Parts: sequence; structure tokens; C-alpha cells
Amino acid sequence: MEENKNSTQWDLWEVFTQKRTGAPHEHAGSVHAPDKEMALQNARDVYSRRGEAINLWVVPSAAIVANQPEDVGNFFEPSNDKIYRHPQFYKLPKGVELE
Amino acid sequence: MVELNKSLFEYCLRLGDSSLIAGQRLAEWCGHGPILEEDIAMTNMSLDLIGQSRTFLTYAGEIEGKGRTEDDLAYLRDTMEFRNVLLVEQPNGDFAVTMMKQFFFSAYLFLLYKELSKSKDTTIAAIAAKSLKEVTYHLRHTSQWILRLGDGTEESNQRTQNAVNDLWMYTGDLFDMDAVDAELIKAGIACDLNKIKQEWQAMITEILTKAKLTIPAPDVWMMKGSRTGKHTEYLGYILAEMQTLQREYPGAKW
Repeated sequence: MEENKNSTQWDLWEVFTQKRTGAPHEHAGSVHAPDKEMALQNARDVYSRRGEAINLWVVPSAAIVANQPEDVGNFFEPSNDKIYRHPQFYKLPKGVELE
Repeated sequence: MVELNKSLFEYCLRLGDSSLIAGQRLAEWCGHGPILEEDIAMTNMSLDLIGQSRTFLTYAGEIEGKGRTEDDLAYLRDTMEFRNVLLVEQPNGDFAVTMMKQFFFSAYLFLLYKELSKSKDTTIAAIAAKSLKEVTYHLRHTSQWILRLGDGTEESNQRTQNAVNDLWMYTGDLFDMDAVDAELIKAGIACDLNKIKQEWQAMITEILTKAKLTIPAPDVWMMKGSRTGKHTEYLGYILAEMQTLQREYPGAKW
């Protein structure tokens, strides 16, 4: 992410919320904040005020590495036509139930 | 028993009205916060405080035994009948004033509710215990802001120092006590405010010092009067706005 030196906005942080013990932390959205304590508090106020979370993670958005849109072809398409990557060619032993 | 109930009613009004007016003041920021996140943070605190007020005023109505509800007490009393502390009715000013006011009040409620959660009146103890969690967060949020504003830029430090200077004279009223307190302290119901005053000063001193702010001299003149309904000029305007609907359309429902 390119940093805009003239920006008066605070840094952006991504917020992840955990809904119950053992559940994965899921992306909830983002907040602006000047530092990590305020990012955590802003995340608490914006994304858990209706009891949606029991745990919060905040991560600087700049720390997230994402592929570029033009990577889609060589990243994801090769797996589309290889059905043998899916474990559906095995005979299941008796007594094993498929969901 | 009748006398004790009269004092208890009065005491619940003090608790309920202080939270109500503080909540109403914070609600004024709704849609006007410096950033979206802080706008939501202030209205969250406002809703917490109004929730506390509802329980205290409902209980006050029960004790009084004249059938008055939380709404009757909130919307149909005049300035002189309100018992909120003077601090919370002061204007919001800039963001520094609002945060300082809320910081002073949150630290006060934190210590007060901690004591009241041990009250012999089980209703007050239960409300205080539940509310303590809310004000613990308010204290964390506001003290973090005071640290950043005080120890920020030259301008933010100056504005925050002005906030301390302007609000300090209303902090004495927080700890003012009268016969109502004396009677309820004896009954194990109320909190002896002298006991939490030192702790409050220590908490405030710690944060303000860290924030590079100066605390006014302890012997500065303090304005008092909330215990007897003597308010600053600002409460009337707050009530005019807050009560207008119930005053114009009594009993209106939606």
C-alpha cells in the first residue's frame, strides 16, 4: 500500500471478531486509529456494541499482503479443471456416512 | 422507615440524574463526532449512562410509592428538582472539554459504583455492579484520550489544559455530602464520598501528570449546590431540549 504523506487520516486497521469460544476470528471491517490501543477501542465500539464478539483482533491494514487482481489467472485458474484434486475417487468403507 | 425512604429516593435521584444528564450531553455529539469511530464511542457511552439512569430512576419511583415511572421523573421535573452533579451539565465545548468532563466523571463513577456494589440495599448494589463494567471502559477510553491530547501537539495540550482549568471548580460538588448521605451511610447503603475523594484525586493526578498537564491548586474555589437543586444556567437548556416532546404532547407514545 502506498503511503500518502499528505493524508490527514489516521492509519487503517482491519478488525476481526470472534463470536464464541473456539470459533474462528472473522473479518468484520476496518477502523481508523492513531495507534494500536485506540484501534482496539474503536473496533470494540464499532463492531462489538451489539454483543457480536467475545474477542477482537486488530491488524494494521498495511500489514496485510494481498494478491493483485491480475494474478487471478495464474493463481486460481489452474485448480479449476483438475477434479482429481478433490477426494471423490475413493470407495468408502461400509459404515462411513457422507454428510 | 419513612424518613429513610425519603433519603433513599433522594439518593437514587442523585445517581440517576447525574447519569441521565451526562448521557444527554454526550448524545449531543451524535453525528458531530470528530471521526466516525469516536462518534460511535461517545454515543455508546451515552447509551450506557442512560441505561444506568433508567434503572436508578425506576427504583426511585418504586421507593417514592406515588406511581411515578422513570419517564415521569426524567421528563416531567423542573431544574430545581434535578439532583445531577454540576460537572455533567457543563457545556461540551471542544472535544478536549468533553473528554475531560467525561474522564473526571468516569473516574468518579468507577470509585462510587465500586463502593456501592457492596451496599446493603441489594437493588443499588446490583445496579452498581452491572454499571461498574460500563464505567470501567469509559474510564479506559477517556483516560487514553487525555494522555494523547495532553501529550500531543502544542495546541491540543493548550486546549486540554484549558479544559482542566475551566472544569476544576465543579469537581468539589462531586464529593459534597449532606444529611441524606449521613443517614444512608449509617444504614450501610450509601458511599462515604470522603473515602473515595483521595483515590479520585490520585487517579486524576496520575493521568494528568503523564499527559503533561497541570492540576489546579487544591484550595481553588469550588462551586456546589447540586444536592439541593441549585444548578448552573446550563441545565435549563438541556431540559428544555430533552423534555420538549413530553411537555408538548404529554403521554405521547410511538
